[in-house]
Amino acid sequence: MDTSITLTVDGRRHDVVVDTRTTLLDALRERLAVTSAKKGCDHGQCGSCTVLLEGRRHLTCLTLAVAHDGDEIVTAAGVSALEGGAGDDAPTSLHPLQEAFLAHDGLQCGYCTPGQVCSAIGMLDEAKQGHPSHVTDDLEESVDPADLDDDEVRERMSGNLCRCGAYGGIVDAIREVAGGAPREGQPDRPAQPEREAAR
Amino acid sequence: MKELTYVRPTDARDAVARVSDDPHARFLGGGTNLVDHLKLGLLTPDVLVDVSRLPLDEVTRLDDGTLRIGTNVRNSDLAAHPVVRSSYPAVTRALLAGASGQIRNQATTGGNLLQRTRCVYFQDVTTPCNKREPGSGCSAIGGYGRYDAVLGASEACVATHPSDLAVALAALDAVVVVLGRDGERRVPMSDFHRLPGHHPETDTTLAHGELVTSVELPPESALTRASDYRKVRDRASYAFALVSVAAALELDGDVVRDVRIAWGGVAHRPWRAAAAEEALRGETYSEEAVRAAAELELAAAVTGPDNAYKIPMVRNATAYALRGLADRSSERTGATR
Repeated sequence: MDTSITLTVDGRRHDVVVDTRTTLLDALRERLAVTSAKKGCDHGQCGSCTVLLEGRRHLTCLTLAVAHDGDEIVTAAGVSALEGGAGDDAPTSLHPLQEAFLAHDGLQCGYCTPGQVCSAIGMLDEAKQGHPSHVTDDLEESVDPADLDDDEVRERMSGNLCRCGAYGGIVDAIREVAGGAPREGQPDRPAQPEREAAR
Repeated sequence: MKELTYVRPTDARDAVARVSDDPHARFLGGGTNLVDHLKLGLLTPDVLVDVSRLPLDEVTRLDDGTLRIGTNVRNSDLAAHPVVRSSYPAVTRALLAGASGQIRNQATTGGNLLQRTRCVYFQDVTTPCNKREPGSGCSAIGGYGRYDAVLGASEACVATHPSDLAVALAALDAVVVVLGRDGERRVPMSDFHRLPGHHPETDTTLAHGELVTSVELPPESALTRASDYRKVRDRASYAFALVSVAAALELDGDVVRDVRIAWGGVAHRPWRAAAAEEALRGETYSEEAVRAAAELELAAAVTGPDNAYKIPMVRNATAYALRGLADRSSERTGATR
């Protein structure tokens, strides 16, 4: 059964006819050529397909496109336009979290990175709203993103796997953007002259 | 995947009518489990009736203090709700111990209770499974048995229920509100999930077409406030329970005024440890007494070489959960023990 739906992706409105069996991930990648959301496991176990859906981090592999008629989606390719990002007028620029991933080597092959970035932005927003996590000691105490320690960041990001094992850099990048102190023994931001020069 | 018709009903009654009238129709909520089952070929419905946008997404306190949780309240929103955090901490702890941040944003309250077992054979269509295909046999019996149930299993099925939330709701005597063609009925959590018996294909006591519309928690009390959830799993995060414990404890000095214990990962449904509770109620609290009570509850357990570890694990987890609650109780009252 074909159904006509409208999706807004990274600020652009798309009208598309999808078979009802199409996942949101396949609609993005195969129908709209939005390849920033990656297909890893396709079963909700790896997090590489994470986007911001109506402002919240969300998997796209475990949901049908037809159930999202009218929804607004932001992928890692569009996060620089978000509040706190570089802004609409600089479409090639990066969100501070993406900059931090580069600065802290929060990636190697890069396949999981778009999902990590969307998940981290959504996670920090949840923390800003005061959401506790499994490792939060006192459920009634308020939560501040700047206070998230390694255990908190790792627990809150456990839905995103990185087969290259860049977790240390990912945690550093997220903690820098959250406004927290760097990990013990870690410099504030490692110097990377060759990367600066390349840009 | 088989061809599917997708419909989005306008209200709960319409949704119930559409599924009740068609044996090949299914409700679709958050979809985290159902969409995976469509992909794996475990389910082949003709019609999906999407209830995820029905306005059943509020948490409200009723006049008598009951906390009503709409079926579409997302797991993350329920976990973060201030009243749930302070008055029913076992519920928040159970939710936060389950799935990932992304999945908690998507998964619904009702859907969480209706998720299916993660038994590896149930999810593998190339193997016999009585739950997936009645009468085909059970591959878990004599197969990989590490996750198998130790209580209430049958010759037809040894699967466990995967929900963390359901265990907390069972401990706190929650009630599931269900809408059917003939109107609304209220199902206590203790009657909501069933043991496998000869019909492991059926997880709950719901009839086809009945829709969970809300879950109700009893008015907050000293007992609900002193509740907790402990989960033991293979890795620190994002894994299903090997065993889990939802507990609540009200002490009067050293004496157990009231106690609630429910176990996850041990049976085809959340296992309310009623015999253990009964053994502890009115007695002097001690860790030995808790262990003895757990032992009593486990007297009927049946294990194999792969899952025998669950017996000491659930006993230890129970002692750990209650010790934490007892310590907090004595901190509050200044009592020494």
